[in-house]
Amino acid sequence: MDLYAENILDHFQNPRNHGRLDKPTITVDDANPLCGDKLVLDLTVENSHIKEIGFDGSGCAISQAAMSILTEEILHKSLTDAESFSKDELYKLLGVAISPARVKCALLGYTLLKKAIILLKHQAQ
Amino acid sequence: MFDPHLVKKDFPILSRVIENKPLVYLDSASTSQKPQSVIDAITNYYANSNANIHRGVYTIAQEADAAYEATRESVKTFINAKSTEEIIFTRNTTEGINLVAYTWAEQNIHEGDIIIVSALEHHSNLIPWQQVAIKKNARLEVIPLSRNPETPYLLDMEWLKKYLTENKSVKLIAITHASNVTGTINPIKEIASLAHSLGSAKILIDGAQSAAHLPIDVQDFDCDFFAFSSHKMLGPTGVGILYGKKNLLEEMPPFLFGGDMIREVHQRDATWNDLPWKFEAGTQNIADVIAFKEAITYLTNLGMENVRQHDQKLIGYARAKLENIKNLKLHIPKNDTDMTGVISFAISGIHPHDIAEIFNSENVCIRGGNHCAKPLMESISVPATARISFSVYNTEEDIDIAIEAIMKAKKIFNIS
Repeated sequence: MDLYAENILDHFQNPRNHGRLDKPTITVDDANPLCGDKLVLDLTVENSHIKEIGFDGSGCAISQAAMSILTEEILHKSLTDAESFSKDELYKLLGVAISPARVKCALLGYTLLKKAIILLKHQAQ
Repeated sequence: MFDPHLVKKDFPILSRVIENKPLVYLDSASTSQKPQSVIDAITNYYANSNANIHRGVYTIAQEADAAYEATRESVKTFINAKSTEEIIFTRNTTEGINLVAYTWAEQNIHEGDIIIVSALEHHSNLIPWQQVAIKKNARLEVIPLSRNPETPYLLDMEWLKKYLTENKSVKLIAITHASNVTGTINPIKEIASLAHSLGSAKILIDGAQSAAHLPIDVQDFDCDFFAFSSHKMLGPTGVGILYGKKNLLEEMPPFLFGGDMIREVHQRDATWNDLPWKFEAGTQNIADVIAFKEAITYLTNLGMENVRQHDQKLIGYARAKLENIKNLKLHIPKNDTDMTGVISFAISGIHPHDIAEIFNSENVCIRGGNHCAKPLMESISVPATARISFSVYNTEEDIDIAIEAIMKAKKIFNIS
């Protein structure tokens, strides 16, 4: 079946940037109450760029793989670029059709990243 | 016994084919499918007898009235209540439980009192009591799961006996008859007897998962309240039933106020209607209540003892197959007789949500998640489970197809 393409399974079973950071600039976490997906995301930021990224979590293949794929994409990016990174770009990277029932899984990590950036902006002010 | 292959033919949805695969429905713990007779009864009411009840003098109003009250009579017989005065129609099990929380508990739970629930509760029989406890400054206690490895997923009855012996201010035990996650059947007759003999606690049973699987006899159980839903027992959605002992219902204030629940109305005050109508304010879900009678008739014709036997046969068949699958863990009691047809399982390396998704690719409907029982998930230390659940229309072939779907999931995820 298409949803569990090689790319998704690879990131689920061998997640990139997996593991917590020692001294993150910011930590955010969230969960999907219905299915029990959990994610925690650490970022260190230097000169308005994402210098390090790490996550930990448990849940379905889509939620965990999407987080892994997202971390690869935004590492070393400027906060401005990370902020403008869109859902559609993420869907493109996932490369599989996400049914309405799985949107929350696919976007759990994405919403975490957005939450982190909002908090970082608040801190900066 | 009956032949589930013949039963299946009475349920039009089960002949659906999607992408060349027959629909295999293994999520009846969530909601059951409906036989043609139930579907026809809804159409027939709207096509021939649509009128409001308890009001009109004309023929179709009288037909609607008689049909609505006939369902109440059927429910009374089905659960062996003493009288139809004890049968209240609600929207669902949750509303029945809330009715008791807002009326009986409002009058009878005071500061320092104790309410007991169990570790196996669905949120619907937990949150209302959490709220009562918070509002009244009462205490909420939980019967834990047994720690004896011989009796996994059963409640620790010794804990309950000890607790009831030592604590005399227990006012209510609110407990599920059967778990929607592990299938566990709780010994509610024994619990009711303990509640009544070791103190003066009342007992409310959440029968959402049992009414379609086990013979129900509220007089034999000696329970004070019993709440259940039509839609989990072959009937329409939007109909719940609350049974309560007459003397308790008489003492309780109304739940919702408005039309039909009143006797006399003056500009500044009013008095209440007789039981059970005191608890049925406003226009009811007439069509679905009327159609619910057909669901009861269907189950009664099969015979609840036979339904139970069929359930046991499927549990035994499924358990034997599932136990042989590597890296699969069952979250159910050891003995088939301790459970209804609800089987939770987990496969290491595959999240239940993914299992359910792969089942769907085979057109097999199952649930993956926490099943509205988050505290139970914590008790058994899993984030979620995959769950298959049976009804009268399920066959051994359905289970075979489910087993194939499990093998497919393991293959996709490369799990040995």
